[in-house]
Amino acid sequence: MRRAARLCVAAMPPETDAAPLVLEQLTRRFKIGKRVVVALDAVSATTAPGLVIGLIGPDGAGKTTLMRLIAGLLRADSGNIRVFGTDVAADPLKVQGMIAYMPQRFGLYEDLSVQENLDLYADLQGVAPEARAARYAELLHMTGLAAFTTRLAGKLSGGMKQKLGLACTLIQPPRLLLLDEPTVGVDPVSRRELWAIVDHLVRGQGMSVLLSTAYLDEAERCDEVLLLHEGKLIGAGKPSQFTQAMAGRSFQVRAANISKRALQGALSRLPGVTDAIIQGEAVRMVLDAGINPGIVGESGQADAVITPVPPRFEDRFIDLLKAKAAAMAIEPAPSAKPPAAARAPAAQPGTEIEVSHLLKRFGDFCAVDDISFTVARGEIFGLLGANGAGKSTTFRMLCGLLPATSGSLQVGSFNLRTAAATARGRLGYMAQKFSLYGDLSVLQNLRFFSAAYGLTGAKRNARIDWALREFELAPMRDATSRDLPLGFKQRMALACALMHEPDVLFLDEPTSGVDPLARREFWQRINALADSGVTVLVTTHFMDEAEYCDRLVIMGQGKVLAEGTSESLKSACRDATHPDPSMEDAFVALIEADSARSAAQVRAA
Amino acid sequence: MLHRILALIIKEFLAILRDAKSRMVLIGPPLIQLVVFGYAASFDLNHVPFAVYDQDRSVAAQDLVAHFTGSPAFTEVASLKSDHEIKSLINSRQVEMVLVIDPRFSRDLLTGKAAPVQVIVDGRNSNTALLILGYANAVITAYSQRWAATHGLPSPPAQLDPRALFNPNLDSHWFIIPGIVALLTQVVTLLVVGLSVAREREAGTFDQILVTPMRPLDILLGKSIPGLIIGLAEGSVIILATVFWFKVPLHGGLAPLYLGLLLFVFSVTGIGLMISSLAATQQQALLGAFLFMVPSIILSGFATPISNMPVIVQDLTWINPMRYALVIIRRSFLEHPSFTSLLPQYLPMAALALVSLAAAGWLFRKRAV
Amino acid sequence: MKAGIWMRLRGLIRKESLQILRDPSSIAIAFLLPAMLLLLFGYGVSLDAKHVALGIVVEQPSAAAASFTAQFSNSPYFAPQSFPNAAAAQTALSHETIDGFVWLRSDFARRVAAGQDPDIGVYVDGINANNARLIENYVQQSWADWITSQADLAGASNPVPINVEPRIWFNPAVSSRDYLVPGLIAVIMTLTGALLTALVIAREWERGTMEALMVTRVSMHEILISKVVPYFLLGMGGMAVSVTIAVFLFGVPLLGSLLVLTLAASLFMLASLGMGLLISTIAKNQFVAGQIAIITTFLPAFILSGFIFDIGSMPAPIQVITHIVAARYFVSILQSLFLAGTVWPVILPNLLALLLMAVFFLGAARLAARKRLD
Repeated sequence: MRRAARLCVAAMPPETDAAPLVLEQLTRRFKIGKRVVVALDAVSATTAPGLVIGLIGPDGAGKTTLMRLIAGLLRADSGNIRVFGTDVAADPLKVQGMIAYMPQRFGLYEDLSVQENLDLYADLQGVAPEARAARYAELLHMTGLAAFTTRLAGKLSGGMKQKLGLACTLIQPPRLLLLDEPTVGVDPVSRRELWAIVDHLVRGQGMSVLLSTAYLDEAERCDEVLLLHEGKLIGAGKPSQFTQAMAGRSFQVRAANISKRALQGALSRLPGVTDAIIQGEAVRMVLDAGINPGIVGESGQADAVITPVPPRFEDRFIDLLKAKAAAMAIEPAPSAKPPAAARAPAAQPGTEIEVSHLLKRFGDFCAVDDISFTVARGEIFGLLGANGAGKSTTFRMLCGLLPATSGSLQVGSFNLRTAAATARGRLGYMAQKFSLYGDLSVLQNLRFFSAAYGLTGAKRNARIDWALREFELAPMRDATSRDLPLGFKQRMALACALMHEPDVLFLDEPTSGVDPLARREFWQRINALADSGVTVLVTTHFMDEAEYCDRLVIMGQGKVLAEGTSESLKSACRDATHPDPSMEDAFVALIEADSARSAAQVRAA
Repeated sequence: MLHRILALIIKEFLAILRDAKSRMVLIGPPLIQLVVFGYAASFDLNHVPFAVYDQDRSVAAQDLVAHFTGSPAFTEVASLKSDHEIKSLINSRQVEMVLVIDPRFSRDLLTGKAAPVQVIVDGRNSNTALLILGYANAVITAYSQRWAATHGLPSPPAQLDPRALFNPNLDSHWFIIPGIVALLTQVVTLLVVGLSVAREREAGTFDQILVTPMRPLDILLGKSIPGLIIGLAEGSVIILATVFWFKVPLHGGLAPLYLGLLLFVFSVTGIGLMISSLAATQQQALLGAFLFMVPSIILSGFATPISNMPVIVQDLTWINPMRYALVIIRRSFLEHPSFTSLLPQYLPMAALALVSLAAAGWLFRKRAV
Repeated sequence: MKAGIWMRLRGLIRKESLQILRDPSSIAIAFLLPAMLLLLFGYGVSLDAKHVALGIVVEQPSAAAASFTAQFSNSPYFAPQSFPNAAAAQTALSHETIDGFVWLRSDFARRVAAGQDPDIGVYVDGINANNARLIENYVQQSWADWITSQADLAGASNPVPINVEPRIWFNPAVSSRDYLVPGLIAVIMTLTGALLTALVIAREWERGTMEALMVTRVSMHEILISKVVPYFLLGMGGMAVSVTIAVFLFGVPLLGSLLVLTLAASLFMLASLGMGLLISTIAKNQFVAGQIAIITTFLPAFILSGFIFDIGSMPAPIQVITHIVAARYFVSILQSLFLAGTVWPVILPNLLALLLMAVFFLGAARLAARKRLD
């Protein structure tokens, strides 16, 4: 196949040797409700062949729009796109013959088996019947799906679906492969496997790949990066160029006599500090250019231990966003504000959530298998796990959405199984998709949820005013919430969950897709809540967010695989290959050890 | 508790009315359907096309034909010369009736023998066929009477004196249009309520409600009262149109009518919520609503009488709220029903409403899985 | 290039067929739903007044009165009940225990004997006007029959000047089931056709698979064809089930040509599927598609197709509207094919209309389905 493709290239007119992708002043607007949103704003770029190009940006940055424009599914308002020299608008069919595109949900037919999905796409891509057997074998081997060809695609795990989706787009090897957020909602183990395949395609076969992602840590695995934010291209180049710009500006700060949250709060308020986030027991700090780390002393922590650390891609992104915000003279970045004190600090030590021998069966399948843990009052507690590990089930049982098969669930002094309605009055819950009433305005949503939690009269009005002020929702109060940008939706969802000043807050992937600045602002609020005594239970796929937790559990196949602080989990997997393991390394090691163990059990049985 | 329910109701209304598309579904189609169906759905015959094969060609025969053409029910479209024309005309549905006047017609008539007249009708629609025969009989009877009177013969003894109570002109619009009140009220209520829980489930907001301290009863009331108000409003608009546009008399007054409508909307709301809570997705809810709606309309007595159905099917209609609603609405329009005489209709609907609402409330949590 | 089209079409059709086979709901919609509805309605829907609860009030018993009322007890149409006086019968009528009553006054026998008008009272519950009219006609007919037979017995000249000889063609037993069942097939298949397809394209949009399809070399023609072919076969299967039930279970005669029936059914199915596809393409989400399908299929097919309400008697503007209801043409063809035979003058124009509708809906679906997202 490769040889044939090369011959073709050589035989074609010289213009086809052009760059895989040329974008010129590309602009595209959408109408959402009454607002006109500029999804892409005069984006220009040229990419080199045989590379993995990362299209990096939070949700709403314009990544999917750009992918669809390149694939010929949308038409640009102005500007043009050339794929290997061919204008997409002029000849979309020719372009579609050169590219392959995997949309966000992988484009699989869930009621068809793995083999049937492959057959369908082979037919659609016009692969000759005699060439198929070899190609299937190669793809199935590469994706590790050879043992599952008769299984329905809908019955595959998230990671396997993602690999099957990829295999389907690759049956006829394209010259340019477009992958739209292939790693979203997928656990770190599967993400690593996907990256291995992409590397293989690019290095081994010389394919060009354009891959979009909202995970900033994935940028460092790309050859080149296009950084999008609110429809604008705010940076392009090799990831190393981005991190080099930050050289000497990243540090780890440890202070003995102050809590990590207080330290992070103090540091982020310092002028000259670009960014400060919690990392295990320490705080990771990024300074503005030309600032001496000595300024830490100004926060009253003269004896803090400051160690330089290598810069990360995310540091540069934050830096760029802040510079942009400053240039546009918007109010100073949110992290510069004092933390929002939701109430007087009244943290009484003690246990807030107690789970013991919790079990949930669906028919024969044991989704949660005898797990126990406790969460102390005012603690931020993380619930992590691979897809299908049982963390969502556990989470739903904790909020009282799902009855447990057996075991006990205690929230405060209430047993969730007997005093559900009373116990629910003390809980706040923020769902994964920021589930609010899209047809209602911001104010109407706040009114509804305040009443739903039993607030009335002056108290209710006071809380609504508080929410509008505290979450800066006032300018948007009459906007229909469906049309709000994601960051606003997230703030509103949190505001709704906090209307009744709950003692316990449940957050289900609270920051997925939100841009990094909004994520920092969000965590700042959560930290302030925890300091005031609110207990927070959170699930997340972002490994850096796991570092913000005081303690966490990692679940696998319905069981708790490990429990502890992020430091202790990381040090547990320290070995020769990983002298300084990241949270992700720790996570992957635990999951892999667990699946090896169960595989061994199957073999023994 | 009251505050919570009120908040739910307000939210439900906002969710329905703020969206232009769902506003449209509530207002546009029902009114269009009322007007179109109100005019279309009728068993009365007008301008039935017919042909005459007059073999007699006498003045008496022409007089008989004139009686037919003078009636608004009939329109003469052809006059035939031979009897094989009859077949092709009826086969091709150009006429629905052929009046065949025997060559002996005037002679027999004058000599006091029964004068033969043949009425051939197209039986492909048997109901229309029977009605045409009835109309034709009436025209011929009127003709006989005039013939007897003008020729000094004793009036034929066959004087039936039919009297239709409640609907003296036997106008079938009076029968069908009150039925449409029930029909459209049911369709709109089902569309509004039947999808409400499934939609919130898909959007994730139902979980959000379930984690608040609200109890199933609060949610049930908060979900059913908006359906009730919308159903009643829809019903009221259609009742207004029925009275003022279609001029169907409202003899029974509003009290029995609205009590019936209230119970009807309640039971439809209950069934809608039950379907909605059983369904995992909106698509399932839609199919469920549909599968309930079609038989409930056909087996309600809306177009064809329940008493004509086999016993087993008749028994099935006991659980169809529309069956009771139709009786109540029709009788409230055309009679002065007493409360007690309608009790056998009110009670089963109330029971259906209670059972279905209770089941829906129970399913809210069951299906939360 | 040509081989590519066939390969793609084959792949798509196979995919669609597999999805149908895996998804029990489409099989249920195609076979179970029509069979169930046809059975339910075939047995349930009837316009024939049978065993009508008819009250009889005889104020003064006499031989004449007995022989006249015997007519009703011997008729399959009536289930007579006796009442002592008109007031009691009137009460029963207003409680709906009877549908009407016949009132023979005390001078009935005397007046009949004297050749005078006996002034018989016939009271019917006019709420169901159709039923009332049918009862009136039945009673009228019974009365005419009775006096004629009385005159015959007495050897007197016929008291009725005109003898009406009714002939009902095609359906001599005037069984309403024979005409309702073919009509029901049309109503039910409208439902099935639109429901089957209304959701399928919308489903692809919702699940994101349409995006993946559109980036391949597949053209919109190919996608639409691949949707129509399997569902067409499925719908025709449902049609076959319905016709079988009609003929063998309900005993409706099928006088016309099976070939013409198949042709008409195919065109009708294509029109229904085309309408479903159009709805599906415009709506792009299953929720809206389903709602439009419900509003635009069932009630119009039920009320405006001439299946139960006579189109010729509707006001002219409404008659115009009925022309856009595909079921109207199919109902007409079916009623003729079943009860009258292959009557080309009826069938041909209706077939043409169906062909036009099929072309219109499929064409409109093709125009509406563009290979782009905006």
